[in-house]
Amino acid sequence: MLESIKKFASEFFVTGDPLIYGAMVSIGFTMIALVATLTYFKKWGWLWREWITTVDHKRIGIMYVIAALLMLFRGGVDALLMRTQLALPNMEFLTPEHYNQIFTTHGVIMILFMAMPLMFGLFNLVVPLQIGARDVAFPFLNSLSFWLFLMGAMLFNLSFVIGGSPDAGWLAYPPLSEKVFSPSVGQDFYNWGIQISGIGSLMTGINFIVTILKMRAPGMKLMKMPMFVWSVLASSVTIIFAFPILTVTLALLMLDRTFGAHFFTLDGGGNPMMYINLIWMWGHPEVYIVILPAFGIFSEIVSTFSKKKLFGYKSMVFALMTISITSFFTWAHHFFTMGTDANVIAFFAVTTMIIAIPTGVKVFNWLFTMFRGRITFQTPMLWTLGFIPCFVVGGLTGVMLSVAPADFQFHNSYFLIAHFHQVLIGGVAFGFFAGLYYWWPKVFGFTLNEKLGKWAFWTWNIGFYVCFMPQYFLGLDGMTRRTSTFGWDKGWYELNLTSTIGGFMMGLGFIFQVWQIAHSVRFMQKDTTGDPWNGRTLEWSIPSPAPEYNFAVIPQADEQDAWWEEKKRRAEGIVTVTEQPIEPIHMPGKSGIPFIKSVCWFVTGFGFIWGWYWMAIPGLIGIAACMLIHSFTYDNEYYIPAETVKHTEATLRGTM
Amino acid sequence: MKHRKWYKQLAFLTTWIVFIVFMTGCTNPIVLDPKGPIGDQQRDLIWFTIAICIAVLIPVLGLTAFIIWRYRDKADNKAPYHPDWEHSTKLETIWWGIPILIIIVLGTVTVKYTYDLVPAKPIASEKKAITIQATALDWKWLFTYPDQGIATVNYLQIPEDVPIRFELTADAPMNSFWIPQLGGQLYAMSGMSSTLYLQADEIGEYLSSGANFSGEHFGKMTFNTKATSQADFDAWVNKVKLDSPVLTIDGYKKLSQKSVEDPLLYSAFPNKLYEKIVTKYSAHYNHELSYKEPNSKPSHDHKMNKEDHENMDQQLEDMPAHHGHH
Repeated sequence: MLESIKKFASEFFVTGDPLIYGAMVSIGFTMIALVATLTYFKKWGWLWREWITTVDHKRIGIMYVIAALLMLFRGGVDALLMRTQLALPNMEFLTPEHYNQIFTTHGVIMILFMAMPLMFGLFNLVVPLQIGARDVAFPFLNSLSFWLFLMGAMLFNLSFVIGGSPDAGWLAYPPLSEKVFSPSVGQDFYNWGIQISGIGSLMTGINFIVTILKMRAPGMKLMKMPMFVWSVLASSVTIIFAFPILTVTLALLMLDRTFGAHFFTLDGGGNPMMYINLIWMWGHPEVYIVILPAFGIFSEIVSTFSKKKLFGYKSMVFALMTISITSFFTWAHHFFTMGTDANVIAFFAVTTMIIAIPTGVKVFNWLFTMFRGRITFQTPMLWTLGFIPCFVVGGLTGVMLSVAPADFQFHNSYFLIAHFHQVLIGGVAFGFFAGLYYWWPKVFGFTLNEKLGKWAFWTWNIGFYVCFMPQYFLGLDGMTRRTSTFGWDKGWYELNLTSTIGGFMMGLGFIFQVWQIAHSVRFMQKDTTGDPWNGRTLEWSIPSPAPEYNFAVIPQADEQDAWWEEKKRRAEGIVTVTEQPIEPIHMPGKSGIPFIKSVCWFVTGFGFIWGWYWMAIPGLIGIAACMLIHSFTYDNEYYIPAETVKHTEATLRGTM
Repeated sequence: MKHRKWYKQLAFLTTWIVFIVFMTGCTNPIVLDPKGPIGDQQRDLIWFTIAICIAVLIPVLGLTAFIIWRYRDKADNKAPYHPDWEHSTKLETIWWGIPILIIIVLGTVTVKYTYDLVPAKPIASEKKAITIQATALDWKWLFTYPDQGIATVNYLQIPEDVPIRFELTADAPMNSFWIPQLGGQLYAMSGMSSTLYLQADEIGEYLSSGANFSGEHFGKMTFNTKATSQADFDAWVNKVKLDSPVLTIDGYKKLSQKSVEDPLLYSAFPNKLYEKIVTKYSAHYNHELSYKEPNSKPSHDHKMNKEDHENMDQQLEDMPAHHGHH
């Protein structure tokens, strides 16, 4: 009996690694501290009422951002552990097995649990405000999307201390990810964690398409929408076509592993290559899903901080949509070296190159937005300016990779690593940072310290180049990705050491950002204007932070930069908008079902991972029960009385 | 005052980039220092793309720097300010047009090279190509030389100036066979055989690796490829034939288990070993390496199995010299 308990415990908990013991202890202490704090200050009720059951898009956005920043920390620590292992030849800091787990989790976390939620956070915080709406189209679904994402992410992260992390690479190619080669539960954590959060992502895509198409303020024609809203639309369209592929692919892999199917194993008639095709049919559009909103953010910021209209609006819209469609026709460039037919290779090489055209056009449009403008260099603009050279270089190395016969030399090497980090950090991460800095005062009602922000910007940026430029040369010198160690004889030592130093500089940049937030919370500079950057779009016309109903009166938006034009008219003393009477506002009600249902998904996933049907089946019943209960909930809405709205408006605008 | 600080930091950044470029300038990266005809063409293509990229990069970065400097918000900035200027058909035609032209040029060159450099395309040479079969195992490379009758693990010796016809497969998770100085990589996948032609023009030792992640110790799948003169190659083959042990089917089964190996040499290997590895999963074949081992099916009697073996061997004999890939 004792023996079997011991055996179970050794499989259940990850043992034998001091790093992981350290993490277990710190996770334990954090949990205890969290529970103790909430209990001591009697905040459980508050947490449940104000946050867990909320359907307010702004609060959901804030929770997405917090979760994403925590995941950025986790993924960043993973990155630094890897760079430490590679700092010097023959390092014995991490074992190969541990190294494999770390690069697998680093990839998954950064793309799916950092970039995606940070993007959804910005969708939620900004889109309804920019289109003059009071919420998203489906507030309940929105809350469910968030909790599914969070439960999926927690499940995935749990594998770190329970059962062992997945170690078959971030896209888990079979046969390596099949039971024969990866018998541990790590790969099951991967399947279920991504699957659960992926369903949430798909629903968010649907939610925002409907929100944008149906809920715009009167007067806001499609071609008058802010560019960020266009980019969200492009990204959401890509999501609804790409994510079902991921769902099916992971479901098939799950069937292989859990029920002994043979979709992707040669024995039994399956084909691993089918998985690789399917996963990249999702995986390639996925990188555009995360970069398109960043393009939208840069468009907003460039225009605001140059005090000038966005140049080439129609070009921009056309470019966004072209990228969103063509992203589906390039997936095979991820495996040019599989030895397929030359016709296939030539087709995918050319389609890949074609994406460079609309992307290049956007860069010129941003440059000419600044041209004949008046540029100021606050932190959101700094990140935008830092992005341009970084993304141009990264884009060009992407074009180099698309030259198929040359790709036979770049593939699987550090050249590739340098390229995609350059576009994903320089494009996506810098873009989302720029967006966070830009909309921070609107969301939280206070501005961030500019000086610490500039320190963060420069350490991140310089760190980036120091870290990734050497990797292009390492790739050309034959260093393959995912190598956990190398000898002195290879001659890779100086460049790897430089790269590691750069990695730690970026870590320092992150510390500056945390410091910046902490400092700004402590010495809060309230944004009393609601429009700290002299903005152009509707979100800047309401007070900061936005009241729960967003707009006391739904605005009229007849121009592309509606708020900017309105401010111009006001300065000239022209009054066009007649004062509308304030009426009671219809709002969606809170609900605990999204949270409870997501917890049921978590339980189901955990049960299946361990093959515990006594746990999985009740979980599934719980999910069904939640659906049933929700479908019979008819009365879940309320009105904010006109008096309350008037009072709130007067308080926020300081006219009390 | 604020801006001066900004430029100072930019100067710092530039210094770092220059430093890194200089540091790497001391050693020529091996991909740009090829020693064979395939690698040569790939290097030319890479330099061509680098040239195009630099031709795009310099004007764009220059323009960016100029615009940022000229239109910065300063009280005494005399540059024009047109807050509503948002469209110019002429300008937009230029920057839709130029990238399209560049991509047409680059695309044409790429398509041409794609057909020229099909991995399975034989290298033109007066000398007859020799075949080497490479099998990716957990976590080592097995090389069988069907013409010479020898086999090696994690060590490759080839004659210079002779085209080598590599046949690649795997009896483990997919890997990728890469000798950067001779030419680009190709995937080695179980259940199929792909062909890659490479050639070394110079005597030397070349870094070689399994480039695709295949599990715990895939990093140990690097080895040296030694290119020697034809005479030295022949002498080496003879020496291996005299001095080294034989690789048996049971020896192969042991070798294919998970392990990390130093270089090994074998004077002989089982007949059609490579073909048996490739067809291991094909349901209608039944031979010593079949996934469905004869003894795992008790309903089959011994005689049946023997017949199956003979059928299988006959089929392998009839097979064309090289498998196409799908």
